[in-house]
Amino acid sequence: MQEVEKIVNGKDLFKRPEYQEVLKNKKQFESSMLAVNPAKVEEIAEWTKSWDYREKNLAREAITVNPAKACQPLGAVMVALGFEGTMPYVHGSHGCVAYFRSYFTRHFKEPTPCVSDSMTEDAAVFGGLVNMKEGLKNCAAVYKPKMIAVSTTCMAEVIGDDLMAFIIAAKEEDGGEYLAADYPIPYAHTPSFVGSHITGYDNMMHGIMSQLTEGNKGETKQRINIIPGFETYIGSLRSVKSIVEAFGTDYIMLGDHSDQWDMPAGQYEMFQGGTKLDDAKDCINSSATISLQKYATVKTMKMVDKRWKHPGGFSNPVGLKGTDEFVMKLAELTGTEVPSKLKIERGRLVDAMQDSYPYMHGKKFAIWGDPDFLIGAVSFLLEMGAEPTHVLCHNAPNGWEAEMRAMLDTSPAKDSLNVWAGKDLWAMRSLLFTEPVDFMIGNSYGKELMRDTGTPLIYIGFPIFDRHHLHRYSISGYDGALNLLTWITNKVLDQLDEDTKGIATTDYFFDLIR
Amino acid sequence: MGPESLEAKQKAAIEEILKAYPEKAAKNREKHLGVGSPNDENQKTCGDVRSNKKTVPGVMSQRGCAYAGSKGVVWGPVKDMIHISHGPIGCGQYSRAGRRNYYIGVTGVDTFVTMNFSSDFQENNIVFGGDKKLGKCIDEIEVLFPLNNGITVQSECPIGLIGDDIGAVARVKAKELDKVIVPVNCEGFRGVSQSLGHHIANDTVRDFIFDGKVNVNTSDVEVTDYDVAIIGDYNIGGDAWSSRILLEEMGLRVVAQWSGDATLKEMALTPKVKLNLLHCYRSMNYISRHMEKEYGIPWIEYNFFGPSQTIKSLRKIAAFFDESVQKKCEEVIAKYQPMIDAVIAKYKPRLEGKTVMLFVGGLRPRHVIGAYEDLGMEVIGTGYEFAHDDDYKRTKEEIFRSTVIYDDVNEYELEAFVKKLQPDLVASGIKEKYVFQKMGLPYRQMHSWDYSGPYHGYDGFAIFAQDMDLAINSPVWAHSKAPWEKEG
Repeated sequence: MQEVEKIVNGKDLFKRPEYQEVLKNKKQFESSMLAVNPAKVEEIAEWTKSWDYREKNLAREAITVNPAKACQPLGAVMVALGFEGTMPYVHGSHGCVAYFRSYFTRHFKEPTPCVSDSMTEDAAVFGGLVNMKEGLKNCAAVYKPKMIAVSTTCMAEVIGDDLMAFIIAAKEEDGGEYLAADYPIPYAHTPSFVGSHITGYDNMMHGIMSQLTEGNKGETKQRINIIPGFETYIGSLRSVKSIVEAFGTDYIMLGDHSDQWDMPAGQYEMFQGGTKLDDAKDCINSSATISLQKYATVKTMKMVDKRWKHPGGFSNPVGLKGTDEFVMKLAELTGTEVPSKLKIERGRLVDAMQDSYPYMHGKKFAIWGDPDFLIGAVSFLLEMGAEPTHVLCHNAPNGWEAEMRAMLDTSPAKDSLNVWAGKDLWAMRSLLFTEPVDFMIGNSYGKELMRDTGTPLIYIGFPIFDRHHLHRYSISGYDGALNLLTWITNKVLDQLDEDTKGIATTDYFFDLIR
Repeated sequence: MGPESLEAKQKAAIEEILKAYPEKAAKNREKHLGVGSPNDENQKTCGDVRSNKKTVPGVMSQRGCAYAGSKGVVWGPVKDMIHISHGPIGCGQYSRAGRRNYYIGVTGVDTFVTMNFSSDFQENNIVFGGDKKLGKCIDEIEVLFPLNNGITVQSECPIGLIGDDIGAVARVKAKELDKVIVPVNCEGFRGVSQSLGHHIANDTVRDFIFDGKVNVNTSDVEVTDYDVAIIGDYNIGGDAWSSRILLEEMGLRVVAQWSGDATLKEMALTPKVKLNLLHCYRSMNYISRHMEKEYGIPWIEYNFFGPSQTIKSLRKIAAFFDESVQKKCEEVIAKYQPMIDAVIAKYKPRLEGKTVMLFVGGLRPRHVIGAYEDLGMEVIGTGYEFAHDDDYKRTKEEIFRSTVIYDDVNEYELEAFVKKLQPDLVASGIKEKYVFQKMGLPYRQMHSWDYSGPYHGYDGFAIFAQDMDLAINSPVWAHSKAPWEKEG
């Protein structure tokens, strides 16, 4: 029974003898093997750690277990929230939107506005035109967004709804009451059964950039477009802007959700910050476009390169080398020297790397995440002399595996470094048991791997549900690399203390100074 | 509250809120909003609201889908079975381990609740069908997870649209592997909310667990006169455990938990119990009615939130049994009373008169009202994401005062209601949480207990009281206003 002066929640309540009795008693009615035959559970648990299990596990062709990817419309919602006053609108059933909102909200601890047009069984039969007509009108009336960015769920894609025709029809029927003829409603088809959330990012970004700029081609302005990609680190967006600003050049960040998912307390306004729509409409006239995530902007950058003929290309400013390349690219595009501010920042980062390197050097890491994140983060591990033993990318697009392999091949430890494209985190579990590492870097889904294999987890990635505020920091630019360095080094040091804290057994190595 | 009555304020708020909608939407939403009055015999449902209808498109409803109702709510917590999210990758990922269905087991070896099994549909599966892939998924599961006691196939939207026959795959595989394989056609577009998913899932329990072949040994459990099952408790934060302890203390034997911390055997044992105890009426009344009709098992609803309702429920349950149980029931009530008195003595002075607005799912919009009122808090608004008329009828019995009732409330309406009625606490879900915290309002998630709990039973109430105090009386809310800001 609770004691009123020391009320405990589930963490400690169920440890009490009366509850242990309840749980023990329940076992007689249970069919799970722990209740029936615990020795069998032990036996199978041991087997799951074996090479035999690993081979069977990695040979899977059909079932995905504990994925490290999500579906297209999630990325489309992120894009929309990076534009001024824009409501993400998902054409399909509303269950999906409840999921996208929950998923982002649990990560950012911020509200995530997004509507759906609640298609149900009749829409599955007759198509979702009626839903679109009503949905756009209601959305515009109630939330008064400056723009509505339409994407799709797999339901709408399977039945083959035509977004462009539907949007035109909706505007016509409304007759300008809520949806003026020039009301911007860009759209993108984002089928969940193709690619992953980064594909959806690409499709929606392409939709917004191509549709908003239609007919706006004019004189080129000295200005750089920056496309951040599926970037979940709010601080990274700010670091990138600060680097570009150091060059004194005009720029447009296309899809800047840094204010939307980082609202100050005091009052609630549904939309905050974001790329100005006027800027978005004019981005075709910038002199260059740089994408910070190659694999999340394939289609978008193809348009920029082939049709817009903007120079710039890709640059991934995660880690020292990536940031150097980004900075040099900006220097080249602006025709200016690297500003002294950045020179100093770089110097400070390198100084810190040289202070901490002994703790990362030669340490083995397992790491997973989105393809572009991995390119940057693995580069940083290599820059520190660490060994990325297992690099796993569940949503690896074409070309990624070869690029990662080439990076790993620059390491003296290359023969023990592995790339795992298209594999899930249940595969990772086998890898960790059979070829163990010192640390893991990944998202909250690594938590069960940490519990099962005992490998310490450094939380870097998306989604992170069970650690607070990490997303507010930067992992990009020199300051972002310093964060990576700090998080990783201090986890290594925490673990060193953990391993040496045995009183009178190992605590001779429990050094005060490291 | 000033000269204007609470009821007048609530009615004015509804009127004001409807003004923002286009005509058709306003007409629709008007029927879903009302003011419930505790003594009004004329109201058919609480506030005379309409429910379980299609959501107005484009308004940011908080509702989920049938898949969420089946995989996320009913089937997902059954711990020794593997639940395949059948279709594209997203649904399973977004719903993974989000509901805090606690269980005991070695995850990945003999239990699987917090994991995510997906058939990860690709374009070719849409074009050519995914039945073959499903068969292969089941085969691979058998190799890698040999201790699973059964598999359910939780259909995502495309399955029903492309004409796959998961029933046929399940039949073949069940025979081949001699195990329960349950095809569930809970595609997200079916119905108007999670609710139809609950119903579909209940029906598949009937067809495949009760009427199907279940390959777990149940013969070692002898039937007693005191056997009961807990139905509609998903063991969120351990709720079913802090309920079970009370039932056992009063001499009953809890044979099964549906479906928090449940196993297949418990479900298979249930048709032999003497009484089904139904907590979440909305999601599991179907299977309770079925067991009543088919096996003659009576069922009663109970409410273990807050001492007033808990005591009432304990006595109601005991009344079904003999004097020995009734006597023990009184002993249980007497045993916990001093602790509850102490909890109320400690927290009521800190919470008394604070107003609350709720918006939750299945049972809580009415069930938790009593727990707040036990602490002296006043619930002035409540509503359900996916309720039916019978829920709103039941709500009439639970409200204490004029209460604004909002069915399938959307983000705009809830925000507007809160601004107009200015409660001291908002209690709802994760999607709404930070909207209200930005405004400086204390907030508690009432789906997940905000990562605390359990809230059921006597021990749970103590935690509930502590958590509400933590939310309302935290110093952090006072920081919203900077010292240089002028009053007003």
